[in-house]
Amino acid sequence: MQLTIKQLRSQFAGPFELELARGACAAITGASGSGKSLFLRMIADLDPNEGEAWLEERERGSMPAPEWRRRVTYVSAESGWWTDKVIDHFPHRERSDLAALASRLGLRGDLLDAPVGQLSTGEKQRLSLIRALLPDPPVLLLDEPTGPLDEVSVAQLEALLRERMAGGTSILLVTHDPNQAARLGGRHYRMVAGRLETT
Amino acid sequence: MTPILLTPFDIATAASLIVLDAVLSILLKIRLHWQLAIAAARMVVQLVAIGYVLKFIFSLNNPAATLLLVLVMVLVAAREVAARPERRFKGSANFVIGAISVGFATFVTAVLALTTAIRPDPWFNPHYAIPLAGIILGNVLNSASLSLDSLLGSVKRERPAIEARLCLGASYREAIAPLVREAIRRGLLPIINQMSAAGIVTLPGIMTGQILAGLDPIEAVKYQILLMFLLSGGSGLSTLAVSYLTAWRLTDERQRLRLDRLQ
Repeated sequence: MQLTIKQLRSQFAGPFELELARGACAAITGASGSGKSLFLRMIADLDPNEGEAWLEERERGSMPAPEWRRRVTYVSAESGWWTDKVIDHFPHRERSDLAALASRLGLRGDLLDAPVGQLSTGEKQRLSLIRALLPDPPVLLLDEPTGPLDEVSVAQLEALLRERMAGGTSILLVTHDPNQAARLGGRHYRMVAGRLETT
Repeated sequence: MTPILLTPFDIATAASLIVLDAVLSILLKIRLHWQLAIAAARMVVQLVAIGYVLKFIFSLNNPAATLLLVLVMVLVAAREVAARPERRFKGSANFVIGAISVGFATFVTAVLALTTAIRPDPWFNPHYAIPLAGIILGNVLNSASLSLDSLLGSVKRERPAIEARLCLGASYREAIAPLVREAIRRGLLPIINQMSAAGIVTLPGIMTGQILAGLDPIEAVKYQILLMFLLSGGSGLSTLAVSYLTAWRLTDERQRLRLDRLQ
């Protein structure tokens, strides 16, 4: 298994069990406040929690937290930006890869040199996803990646995700769209009051 | 030159100005006369009391008593540092961080000044140590509380940015660095302003006091310059300590951002 979750729990949610094979996808739906984002944050070790999370044969406690997060990368529903210009949030040598991914997701090239403040929510969301995709982590934890997007953009993004899955990336995503799991060819779970239910 | 000593009559004459303020407040219906009277009375009682405390401690000339008084002053300052920010840690972390930073900065700067520049005999002579510690504390308190307020205020606002960097594999140190820098900058601004304005916009208090007490202006200026250097050193140390301790308290062994430790 690429990602294995055992007895993962915190004060607010769990315990959770989950297995995700290499190149597989699982989608979680559920009401707001049911603990979907908390679950992803716990896997990425962003909130205090107990239990085990394994990447292949390595438990997360065996590596420093930043190293774990580089491999099991969480992309929040609210994108975060720490300097004024978009391009300064990306490593400079990756400019051409970045431009290629941006155009695939329907983003204009000149956005890369714009100030962050000028971007729409949807543009910021797609750029923050690209930021996580560039280093090609084996596991992606996506929190409502298509939330603020129109239909065309959703299709472009899902095509890109399917391509990454074919290349071996495992994806766990939180969504409000119950059909997204089917479109990405993955399993579908429902989060109810801090517990994961199979549908 | 001997200082011109004030008589009770001199002070009473000056007090008539407070009465004048109170009369104005009544005539113009500003309704501040009670507050004014109470503040004036408090000021007189507090200052006379501290005057006698200082006189007593000076007469003891005992290092333990001096240290005790300075410690009390540090704890009161730490409470002020802890109480100032709008956002606080749960429990007593605000106070502990305030006390360590303010105490550390004050002791280092005061001991440095007493053992090198001012050199009274013995170096812990309360006549020098206590006023020096007091003036350093006042400044250090200001810097430390500004830094603490800045960091605790910005960390909530910048949470998405900090966590976005953590998610991409940045260390906590990298992710929090811009906020720590800003907090230190905020803490150092007042002393930079004070130094730039000294002598042009303002005549600093210590210098004015020494000149009024009969000291040669050039000698008074030398003292003031020494003090400004001490104060900037103290401000630097306290903002540094307060910012790094706060940043450290906001994380854990897995390099998470622990906003749950705030109220």
